Amino acid sequence: MRFVGSFLFPESASNLAPNVDHIYLALLALSTAITILVLVVALFFCIRYRRGSKADRTPPKGTPMRIEITWTLIPLLIFLGLFFWAAEEFFAMSRPPADATEIYVVGKQWMWKIQHPDGRREINELHIPVGRPVKLVMTSEDVIHDFFVPDFRTKQDVVPGRYTTEWFTPTKPGKYHIFCSQYCGTDHSRMVGWVYVMEPAEHARWLQRQPAPDSLVAQGERAFHSRGCSGCHVQSSAIHAPLLDGIFGKPVPLKDGSLVIADEQYLRDSILLPNKQIAAGYEPLMPTFQGQISEEELNAIIAYLKSLGDQPRQEGER
Amino acid sequence: MTTATLQAAPQPRPLTKPTYLADGKTIRSWLLTTDHKRIAILYMISITLFFFIGGAAATMMRLELLTPQGDLVTSETYNKLFTIHGVVMVWFFLIPSIPTVLGNFLVPLMIGARDVAFPKLNLASWYLFMAGGAFAVFSIITGGVDTGWTFYTPYSSTYANGHVIAMATGIFIAGFGSIATGLNFIVTIHKMRAPGLTWFRLPMFIWTIYTTSLILVLATPVLAITLTLMALERAFGVGIFNPAMGGDPLLFQHLFWFYSHPAVYIMILPGMGVVSELIPCFARKQMFGYRFVAYATVAIGVFGFLVWGHHMFVSSQSIYAGMIFSILSFAVSVPSAIKVFNWTATLYKGSIRFQTPMLYALGFVGLFTIGGLTGLFLACLAVDVHVHDTYFVIAHFHYIMVGGMVMGYLGGLHFWWPKITGRLYPERLAKLSAVTIFLGFNLTFFPQFILGYLGMPRRYPVYAPEFQVLNVFSTAGASILAVGYVLPLAYLLWSLRWGRVAGPNPWQATGLEWTTSSPPPTDNFEKTPIVTEGPYAYDAQAAEAELEAGHA
Repeated sequence: MRFVGSFLFPESASNLAPNVDHIYLALLALSTAITILVLVVALFFCIRYRRGSKADRTPPKGTPMRIEITWTLIPLLIFLGLFFWAAEEFFAMSRPPADATEIYVVGKQWMWKIQHPDGRREINELHIPVGRPVKLVMTSEDVIHDFFVPDFRTKQDVVPGRYTTEWFTPTKPGKYHIFCSQYCGTDHSRMVGWVYVMEPAEHARWLQRQPAPDSLVAQGERAFHSRGCSGCHVQSSAIHAPLLDGIFGKPVPLKDGSLVIADEQYLRDSILLPNKQIAAGYEPLMPTFQGQISEEELNAIIAYLKSLGDQPRQEGER
Repeated sequence: MTTATLQAAPQPRPLTKPTYLADGKTIRSWLLTTDHKRIAILYMISITLFFFIGGAAATMMRLELLTPQGDLVTSETYNKLFTIHGVVMVWFFLIPSIPTVLGNFLVPLMIGARDVAFPKLNLASWYLFMAGGAFAVFSIITGGVDTGWTFYTPYSSTYANGHVIAMATGIFIAGFGSIATGLNFIVTIHKMRAPGLTWFRLPMFIWTIYTTSLILVLATPVLAITLTLMALERAFGVGIFNPAMGGDPLLFQHLFWFYSHPAVYIMILPGMGVVSELIPCFARKQMFGYRFVAYATVAIGVFGFLVWGHHMFVSSQSIYAGMIFSILSFAVSVPSAIKVFNWTATLYKGSIRFQTPMLYALGFVGLFTIGGLTGLFLACLAVDVHVHDTYFVIAHFHYIMVGGMVMGYLGGLHFWWPKITGRLYPERLAKLSAVTIFLGFNLTFFPQFILGYLGMPRRYPVYAPEFQVLNVFSTAGASILAVGYVLPLAYLLWSLRWGRVAGPNPWQATGLEWTTSSPPPTDNFEKTPIVTEGPYAYDAQAAEAELEAGHA
């Protein structure tokens, strides 16, 4: 039985996997039942009413209305049930928990670049401790990719120009495939990697073996200064620019009267396409950084902006 | 005296008009024909050619996938192969298959008309189709295209190599052929039905061709627009889809699937139409729930326009949009289920014969059932997240398009072959190849469902070694399938010369096309038929009584 299981199912290695497998199994049972039903009935008719057989062929009386309505409504109700079940699970899959570790993923032809919050980087490998929820914040440098971990039963397209997220809690230590599953050109099938899920102690040892760079937030703060952002976006600046302390996740009124939530996308667009959305009360003075700043550096700046509290900082404070 | 009379009396054979095949023997008479039947033959030859081009690409892919290393062809070549396979099979075989071959031949015959409404436009459609095909073949032999048949941006518009624009132009031009064909059928079916042939007396095949035509006319222009925008971005750098130029890559997917999902119904509805003709005939039964099947056909056509977003559940489309598309996708599966139940119920109290067309029809019902049910897995949001873009999807749509449409096409081809050519195909060989195709098909594609759930992504020439066993099964099945496809090509050609003469109605089928000679004369009918009853006036009891009388 276990053998059959491993032949038909990938490893079940995340919190999402059992739920997806349950819906899959229910669908499998339903489909098998319907297929067998149609097959058995068709086969029975084919044998019983084959040409030349001695069978009663008096035409059935009455309209088939009742039968038609029955076999329209029953599938409809079953399908509705399936819809709600799967939609509920999908909703959960799309909502990462607040305490998830945020890891940035940048896809490019044909590799995965990964930035941990502590500033470590990996390529085509992702080392994470078991049992802690992980939220991937992903974007692409070129074409559309897709971050697929079959053993976690989840995938999400990685789209240039926007951030997508994917989350899971690994439940079992081991080594799991990462596949790019959105066709992205010549070496699409080589855009693969591994997720290493480790026991916390082992993960800590792994961390120690890695060189420890500055944290992502610190990298972002450095970029915030070196890129000249701090020339305007601080209280002491002579230039009238919005202060960014605690801006992440807050509503921002725009010049055209609408309101946007300052999420990753908003921050990204404000840096790369500053004229797309102008904050109310400010002049469009911000220069664009399109083509001058790498996705990784952008991720670091966004991580830094997210880390800022509500209180305006003092100049030079770390 | 008596003897003399008998000898003198052989009735002078009535001066029949020549058959449409004998009406002109020159190449010119074929290339400039406006006879819907001859145009059907032109299409038949063309799409057979394209089928074997697409099939050759598939053969190379299956051979490559025997081993996980990617050692037969380079990744680049493999990417071009699946693009050729997809583009050629979808636009140059599946979409035209039943509508342009059987549809062109049968629509006027089934409704008692002399020709389609616009015979010249009909010929023009074929030329458009061939011009499109020429562009596609040009782009294949001058280096190919590696975008996949879906042309996703910004890959296709910015990063892809090869003759993307030539390929898109081919599809664009062939699309106009589709639109003209659809328009022609719509007008023909509305305006040219024989007296007494009301809508609910129409054969189901006409209903499906009608619905298909509506989809062709309404959806194909969107494809043309989408490909044009893609080509504009690629050729002139007009930023529409590429975010680096201020575009939106998801817009392309919305537009593409707005056409391509209805296109799936272009590819399956006519197959359903064929099966709806075959099952009543070979079961000698009225179709069960005729009106419901007709309504279900139209319902599929309408709902088919509202479900495109189920191709985009993991694309970063809004999750609420995903939910709407999911529930609508479940809804569209209901009319398909209704059809399967009605076909099965038609067998009840029939007098069933198992000639080749019936074998194909029963095969269709089985494979379509599996294809339809696995579609539910993909409509199910949480499950789709896992199986999207894996071999599960490949297996699912091949069950619909090959298990459904190709089986339907072959079943229909065998059923109407005597009408088209005047000859019968060799029955035993045909049964053998029908069974071969059924078995080969299942061996090829069933393992791919398992592969998909295990997580093998599509479009992977190099894959993880644990997926090899199932891929070997699949390739083995594909070689059996290939034999099954070559056999009919051989014996159908053979039958043109050596097949038994069929007579006007070898299956004792109802339907106006069987009331004229085989092959039909150029004008189809000696005089316009008048219809006084509904379709499928079969009688199982009478068939059995006839059989007993024959034995006695």
